[in-house]
This record gives sequence, structure tokens and C-alpha cells, in this order.
Amino acid sequence: MEAMVFLLSLIDCCALIFLSVYFIITLSDLECDYINARSCCSKLNKWVIPELVGHTIVTVLMLVSLHWFIFLLNLPVATWNIYRFIMVPSGNMGVFDPTEIHNRGQLKSHMKEAMIKLGFYLLCFFMYLYSMILALIND
Amino acid sequence: MSQPGSRGATAGLQAQNGAAAASGSPYSNGPVQNALMSSQVSAGQGYDSQLPGSYPHLMPAKSLNPFSGQSNYGGSQGSAQTLNRPPVASNPVPPSLHSGPVPQTPLPASQNPAATPMPSGSFLPGANPPLPLNWQYNYPATGSQTNHFPHVAQPAVSGTTNLTRNQQYVSPGDPSLQTSFIKSGSALPLQNPPLPTSFQPGAPPGPSPAGGPPPVRGLMSQKPPPRVVPPPSFNSSINQEATPQLTNQNPKTSRSVGYAYPSLPPGYQNTAPPSATGMPPSSLNYPSGPQAFTQTPLGANHLNASMSGLSLHPEGLRVVNLLQERNMLPSTPVQPPVPNLHEDIQKLNCNPELFRCTLTSIPQTQALLNKAKLPLGLLLHPFKDLVQLPVVTSSTIVRCRSCRTYINPFVSFLDQRRWKCNLCYRVNDVPEEFMYNPLTRVYGEPHRRPEVQNATIEFMAPSEYMLRPPQPPVYLFVLDVSHNAVETGYLNSVCQSLLDNLDLLPGNTRTKIGFITFDSTVHFYSLQEGLSQPQMLIVSDIEDVFIPMPENLLVNLNESKELVQDLLKTLPQMFTKTLETQSALGPALQAAFKLMSPTGGRMSVFQTQLPTLGVGALKPREEPNQRSSAKEIHLTPSTDFYKKLALDCSGQQVAVDLFLLSGQYSDLASLGCISRYSAGSVYYYPSYHHQHNPVQVQKLQKELQRYLTRKIGFEAVMRIRCTKGLSIHTFHGNFFVRSTDLLSLPNVNPDAGYAVQMSVEESLTDTQLVSFQSALLYTSSKGERRIRVHTLCLPVVSTLNEVFLGADVQAISGLLANMAVDRSVTASLSDARDALVNAVIDSLSAYRSSVLSSQQPGLMVPFSLRLFPLFVLALLKQKSFQTGTNARLDERIFAMCQVKNQPLVHLMLTTHPSLYRVDSLSDEGALNISDRTIPQPPILQLSVEKLSRDGAFLMDAGSVLMLWVGKNCAQNFLSQVLGVQNYASIPQTMTDLPELDTPESARTIAFITWLREQRPFFPILYVIRDESPMKAAFLQNMVEDRTESALSYYEFLLHIQQQVNK
Repeated sequence: MEAMVFLLSLIDCCALIFLSVYFIITLSDLECDYINARSCCSKLNKWVIPELVGHTIVTVLMLVSLHWFIFLLNLPVATWNIYRFIMVPSGNMGVFDPTEIHNRGQLKSHMKEAMIKLGFYLLCFFMYLYSMILALIND
Repeated sequence: MSQPGSRGATAGLQAQNGAAAASGSPYSNGPVQNALMSSQVSAGQGYDSQLPGSYPHLMPAKSLNPFSGQSNYGGSQGSAQTLNRPPVASNPVPPSLHSGPVPQTPLPASQNPAATPMPSGSFLPGANPPLPLNWQYNYPATGSQTNHFPHVAQPAVSGTTNLTRNQQYVSPGDPSLQTSFIKSGSALPLQNPPLPTSFQPGAPPGPSPAGGPPPVRGLMSQKPPPRVVPPPSFNSSINQEATPQLTNQNPKTSRSVGYAYPSLPPGYQNTAPPSATGMPPSSLNYPSGPQAFTQTPLGANHLNASMSGLSLHPEGLRVVNLLQERNMLPSTPVQPPVPNLHEDIQKLNCNPELFRCTLTSIPQTQALLNKAKLPLGLLLHPFKDLVQLPVVTSSTIVRCRSCRTYINPFVSFLDQRRWKCNLCYRVNDVPEEFMYNPLTRVYGEPHRRPEVQNATIEFMAPSEYMLRPPQPPVYLFVLDVSHNAVETGYLNSVCQSLLDNLDLLPGNTRTKIGFITFDSTVHFYSLQEGLSQPQMLIVSDIEDVFIPMPENLLVNLNESKELVQDLLKTLPQMFTKTLETQSALGPALQAAFKLMSPTGGRMSVFQTQLPTLGVGALKPREEPNQRSSAKEIHLTPSTDFYKKLALDCSGQQVAVDLFLLSGQYSDLASLGCISRYSAGSVYYYPSYHHQHNPVQVQKLQKELQRYLTRKIGFEAVMRIRCTKGLSIHTFHGNFFVRSTDLLSLPNVNPDAGYAVQMSVEESLTDTQLVSFQSALLYTSSKGERRIRVHTLCLPVVSTLNEVFLGADVQAISGLLANMAVDRSVTASLSDARDALVNAVIDSLSAYRSSVLSSQQPGLMVPFSLRLFPLFVLALLKQKSFQTGTNARLDERIFAMCQVKNQPLVHLMLTTHPSLYRVDSLSDEGALNISDRTIPQPPILQLSVEKLSRDGAFLMDAGSVLMLWVGKNCAQNFLSQVLGVQNYASIPQTMTDLPELDTPESARTIAFITWLREQRPFFPILYVIRDESPMKAAFLQNMVEDRTESALSYYEFLLHIQQQVNK
């Protein structure tokens, strides 16, 4: 059972890793002028909710399966994701707004955020992998 | 305690810029339309592409010095030109070609450092017709002749003499086309400014005339070193070299000079009186009348130049105690500071009205900038109407291969064949065609081409700069015809103005026009040629709006002019009985967008109420009893519909201008997005009514007149480039930032200003000068693709004191206002206000702690920032940021839109109005402009103590003029100017001065007309007496005085002092 939980988390985590790599690639495309702000933001905004949902699922899963440490580790990131989504001003076109992204260094902070998340997901990935193997052995 | 706007953000976009540069993606100012930008596009546009008119062969070496030995060539060639390159270039001595001594270098007698000008005309028989190769020199750019004649005459240069070459340039074609100086008055060479040459006797054995000039840093005229001698000597020598028309007279002398720069024969050196040296014609002397391509004479008065570097405005070094010196406001308009550059560079620099930097001395590092706590940024007015603008038509536009910078006066020529980009420092080749100077008709002088002589220049763009054929001018009018709209009666004014100006709409034979009206449904008008009257088509399905017929809704104005006129005449009457109160603005905009998307163009939307139907419907959000508090007001848009639509419009090159004529709250915060992101503009006429508010009617008419007839650029993009090490991190203005430095401007108009904030990404220690270049690529209303380029050059400094000395207080206030608008929207109004105050406190405490050695009491400020607290206080009391008043939300948001969209001059006037005493105007010190005498009364401080009951005062607040008449005003003024018997008979609302046949009246009216002419909008004049309702508004603008909710200037200073000395 526990192995299943971790297997599921592992798959979810993989998806999140790919997603953050996609975020980073798209943002750096924008930096290099390969795509314009409009298409970049519409691409990225599409994936904001899947990322949020994906990560929340893992977090809840950990809570349900009573893995407190991993749950607490995930909680800040999940909170940040939700906070960021809720705090989008009514006039903006999503978390990534094409009219704002070039202003006040937003692009850079988005990039930084994506990088940090990628690191975090990688850490989680190995943690789940380890836990899963441990669970499999214990079974 | 941070400045408004995130300084943190200045950490900035280094990665972006770096990446962009590394990838080598050339910043193409490429044509638009395509979403994917840049690299693909630009591949086709630059040097990579073979220049069409490139010479098939190289010049034989001999032709490099075309004049030597051509004594019979006489003075007929070229004009008296000075070498007007600033001595930035380091011209290495060409090794072998001319190694002899320089016989003529010592100008014999002229000890006079003020040089010896050379009246050019005297040498110029002017025999040769100008013979440029596919070149045009349109002088006043307003004349938009463009001979796109195919450049057929391929020169077969035999290469012996210049003369023969010239002759061969004459193509067998139409000679009139070949003489490409379109400027009226022809004989361009004769109009060249006099040529001052100069010689500094005390010069040390400087570089040999042709040889390497001292590096730029020597010229920088930094403060302490009093003698910057080498440059002058260099100037003088260069000067002589660069007088080509004379050389042939004296082959012997010309021989010695480096690379084929002919030199001044001794016989001419001292002939001319030095009268012309005093004021060398500046190349950017905009208001000056038609003038030949201005050549800045170099080296005039170089002693002064170095002296000016030494003295560095002695006034400027002063430290001012604001608490003691009260009268800091100058009595004339505040002038922008002059960058501390060598005079020769400064002469070429961009006009501050067009391009201005908050710090005219750029700090070397970000650390230094952070220490100064002043914002670094540019304020641009790129499409300003110019009296004089050089226009260049050339098959190749010379740009840096790596960063795509246009060649400009601040590049350095390593030798004749290579130039070094002043933005990225790449060494580029000079294309063959660029070697020929069409003005002087001299080969081998790339540094004297107009591109290198003018910081503001316009290029006719060749076809590489188009992704599609230039669009025709398309004007679509979207008019609200709901009951509310008809009630205001605005349709009459608008239709009448349109009728009057129909022929003046900028355009050509391809101009298209169309109309859409809407209430709860959307109405289209078919104006098909041959119809007896316009045909109205109603689309009532506003959920899924469609275009009822594919053609004839946008029609050619010339072909269907009668129908259009018909429609405009009948339109105001068509809806008089309507009972429809709903407004489906969103669907109407969608329809208009669909109609225009194939071509692009300008959409003018007139709206009189909150949109209530269909997509984009809005709800009232204003709570009148919360108006005065700074909290909880709705400055952010409530829906993203308008923003999305604006971005769609921007992608299809459609700009939307919004005219809001509403009495009630109309949520301009949401509606304004449609203009903001599509590069349109917003006009707001609160409480417009054709009977109750005649003042607004007049204002609308005047502004419509300007709006309809002003210049317009279509499908434009603007790029702002800056020297490597600097980067732009925030943009302000109405546009969409499509990629890191590319602004998408579907329309550009001459009344729009822009601002950007910058950060120093890499230390600028290796460089003495930085440059900024804005390039605006647009399609003119005549269907030509043009590029307008402005280049600004500024010095880099390493000490905090110099940064403060070079601060431009107006530009800083303007940029802070822009940043504060952003802050109000993203955070809150009170945050923005705090940030404004903190900006003053931070910078002044930085000055106090880091620059001032002794800690004197009082509020010590550098002279350059003496008006900073005053302007910030004025900003705090400006409509955008004020608290405590019953400002309507829409008016506040409109004021914010204006802050973002106005050029700096107008913004400063709205923020800190000018106050004049006008009851005793005299002709003393008056301006004379084309037979009109305009009195220039001194500007007074905005304080009630400056008013007196026995005078009359005019306040110029940008969008409104207020004439306050004191109770005991001289009878003379009342009767001679106002045309009333006594004070009591001044009408309650008086908005016009009678034209009386008295000198007083003539002066006053001349002055007011002159003030009005300076701006694109029409300020209404209110005559105010004590009991007038407008008096409150008048006193509101007295920013130095205390109001219920705001500090007086003195209190504000005390507050700042307290914070600074903490």
C-alpha cells in the first residue's frame, strides 16, 4: 500500500519536473526573443492549474498516508502555489501576464521561481524513490 | 525606505540581455505582424543581404584622394564643411599613404581660440549640381516626397578623379530625380553654415593631424583638470583636413594629410572674420528654419570647451539650504541640465525634448546608482513634430552587425573602412556606398555623412523592413448611440468635426474609412460606391457578433467621400428618438476589431456610459463616500476582456483611441486598458453635455481637430537600445512590450511620450560614454516605411557627487510619477505616496551622508535637485495621487493615464503649473515669433502669498488655464482686457477673452494663444473671480500652500529634514 502511495507520488513528481523544465524553457525562450510575450504567457498560464493540482494531490496524499515530514516539506510550496493563483489581480490574464512580464524584473523572478521549484521537485523525486524502495523492501 | 518601483528589480534582466546578445539575435526593428520576432525576421534585413546598389568594383586607390592635383577642379565642389565628427574617433594614421609633414597645420595668425570661420559661400560657385546616387535629402520632413525611383545608374567608376566619378553618377534618366536634394531652395552647399576653424597655439605636440586623436577620456572635460589641451589641437587639425572644397587649390598641402582629407590652404585660413564662431549652428537646432544639412563646425571655441569642463557650471556646484533659501523656482521655465560632455559631442547630442535621461551623468556601477537613490531612466518623445528632420534614403542602412544599432554620431571610426559600435563595441565595416557623402559629393568621408552628423534622423526603410506591403491608412469610428449618448449631443460635434476635417485626415489615395454605431445592437454602414445613400445594417446577435458583409464597410475615402459626408450629416439625427439605454461596447469593439484586422489602422471609440451588455459588461464599483480615502479604491481593471482585446488589436496593428464622455462612473480603469495596450490614447470629457457644458464641447472640438489632423504612424515598433552594461527593466507608456526591448505600437502619434527605467548590469568602468538609441519603425500615412532614430550620448562618472550634479530634476520627477502610478495599481495609493516621499528623503540623505563633508544644519540639497522636494510635493497634490479631495475615480484614473502617456513637458506643467502675473504685461523681454510679440512674464511661485488683490494672475496648468482676477484689480485691466465695466460684472463663468482693440488685450491674448499652441490638447481658459466655483481648483494648484489634507511646502521640507537628519 505504502509503495503504491509513493509510486503515485513518484509519477506525479515526474510530471511536475517536466512541467518546471517546460516553464524554464519557455521563459528562457522569451528572454531570448524566440517567442513573444503573448504566446509565452498563454502557454504558461495553461499549465499553472495542472501544476497546482498536481502538487496539491501529492501533498494531500502525504497527509492522508500520515507522512508528516514529507507533508510539511510540501506544504510551503503548495501554499505558495495557491496563494500565487489567488492573488492574481482581476484585470490580469493569469499568473503570467504578457503586459507585465517585461516590467519590474518579473521575468527574472518567474525564472527564479521555476528554478527553485525544479530543484525542490528533484529533491522530492529522490525522496519518493527512496521511500518507495524502502516500502517495497519492507513488504 | 525604498524608492517607488522596485529597486530590487534592477537586478534586472541581465540574463535576458546577455542571452539575447549572446545568441546574436539581431534586434530587428523588423516589420511587425508576425508574432515570432526577431531573429528570423532580421536575418533578411541587414548586412547579410546584399546591398542592391553596391559598387561592382572598388575604387582604385588613387581615388581615395580625389582632390590632390585637381587644381582645375576649383572650389566648385562641395561646400564649406567642417569635419563635424566629435573627436571620439580614433583615427589611426594611415601608415604609408601620406606620411609627410603637415604644412598647413599651424594656422598662422589666429591666436584667437575662437577660431577663424570660413564663410563657405565665398568659395562656392556652386557649379555642380548635386549628384548623389539614390540619395535623398528631404529637408523639412513634413514634405513627404519620396521618389522611390529605382536606382538605375550603376556607377562605373573609372576612379581617376572625383569629378569624373560624379559625372558618371548622372544616370541617363530623369535628371530632376537624380538631383536628390529635395529641399526647396536647392543649392544646398551654399547654405552650409560657416566653417570655423581654430587653432590653439599652446597646444602640446598633439597627435598629428590625421593621426590618432586622443582617446575619448581626454575629452571628457572632467572637473579638475583645467587643461584638456590635446583635443583642441586635434580639432583644429582635423578641421583643416576636413575642408575638402579648398584642397584642390593647393595640391601641395593636401598631400600631407592622412587619408585623403583635403586640407585648408594657408591662403584661406585667416580670411574670414570670426563672427560666426560665437554660436555654431547646432545640428539639432530644431526650431531653426530651413537650413541646409547642418554641419557642426568642430573645434570652434575649444578653449571655452575645455574651460566649461573645468568650471562645470559653478552655480551647479552650489549646495543649497532649502530651509533658508526660499525662492528657488526660476522665473523662466526650468531648463534641462546639459550633460557634462565635450562641447563637440554635446553639439551633436539629441534634443532633450525628444530624449532625456534622469541622470545626465551615468553612474559607473549599480552600487553607485543604489547609493544615489535616484531612479535611472529615459523619457522619450520619439514622434514629436519636428520643424526640421533630416531624412535619408539609401539602399543600405548602416547598422551594427551584432546589436543592430543604427550608425550614429557617437560611433568611432577606426579608419575609413571600419567603425566601432558605441553600444556593443563591435567593429564593423563601412559599406562601400557609405563612403560616398551625398552632401559634399565627396568620396571617402563616411564620418561626414548625415547619419553621423545628426542624433535625430529618419531613414526611408527599404523593403527588408516590411513583412507585408505598407498598410493603407484606415480609420474606423465606433460611436455610442444609446439614449444617454444622444442626450449628451456629442454626435453633432463629432460628426461636424469629422466633416470639417475629412480632407485633412492624414492619408493618401488609399485611405479607408468606416463607421460603426452601437447601443444594445451593433450597426454597420455600407458605403458602397454607387449607392444613393448609406445603407445601415443591424446585427442584433451581440453574443456572437459577425460582420454582415465582407466589403464596403471600410471604404476608400476618396471614392466614397460623398456617401461618407452624407452619413456624417444624417447620423446625428438618426437616433434622436432612441429609447435604448443599454450599451454593448464589448461586442461593438469585437466587431470593429474583426473589420479592421486584415489591414490594421486606427479605431476611435466614443463611449458615454458604463458598458452593460454582452462581453466586457462592467459593474459600477465606485463608492462615492470612499472617494477621499486612499484605501480601497479600484484602480485595477475589473476584467481582462479589454486587455485581451487590446493585445489582439496590437497583434493586428489596430490601435484603439477611447473618447469617454461620461457624466457617471464608467470604470475607466477597465475601459482604459483597450487603449493602453494597443498604443492608443484616452480622452476624457467628464459631464459632457452640448447645452449644459459648452466648455467641454469646445474642448472636444479643438482636441478632435488636433486628433484628426495630426501626424500618424501605422504598424510601428520601437526598440530602445543602450550601451552594453545598461539594461532596461521597466517600460512606461501606452504600448505592448512584445519582447525584451521591442515595443509594439500599432499607431504612433506625435503627442505620446514614453519612459523606461534602467539598471546598470555590468560595471561601466572601461567606458567614458554611454549611448542610448531609440529606433521607431513606422508606416507613414503616405504609405512609406520609415525609421526615426534618436541617439543620446551621456558621460559615465564614478563619484556620487558627479551623479548628483548631473541629476535632471524634471526627468526624475516625471519618472517617479510613472513609477508611482504603477505602484498605486499594484499596491495601493498610499504606498505610492509614501514611495514618492521616500524617494526624496532617501536621495537627500544619501547626498548628506556621502557627499557633504561637514554636517551642516538645515536641509542641504545639491543645486541640481533644489526643486526636487517641490516637484514631489506637487506630485502628491496632483490629481492622480492626491488624497482628501472628492476626486472622482475616473478623473483620477484619467490623470494616471495622462502621467503614463504624456511627454515630460506636459506632465510637468500639469504637476507644477506655471503662474504668471498678467495685469501688467509689457513687451520687455518679449518673444518675437513671426511678427507676433509675445510677452514673457516671469513665473511665480505657487503660493497665495504671491497673489495680490490688485492684480490678475494666469495659471497654466497644462490642460486648463485659469485667470484669477483680484478684487481690487486695476480698472485698466478690467476694461482693456476683460472688457467689463467693473469687478462685479465679470460673469460667473467666463471662458473667453474678448478681442479688444487695445495693446493690453493684444498682449494678453497673444500670450494665451502662445501657451495654447505649445501643446496638443486645448486648455480651456477660465476667468475666475473670488466667488467663482473654480476658485477652489485654482487654489488647489497652489502647491506650496497648505491644504486640509496636505502639507505646505515649508512643512514638507521640515518633514524631509527631520527624516534626512535622523
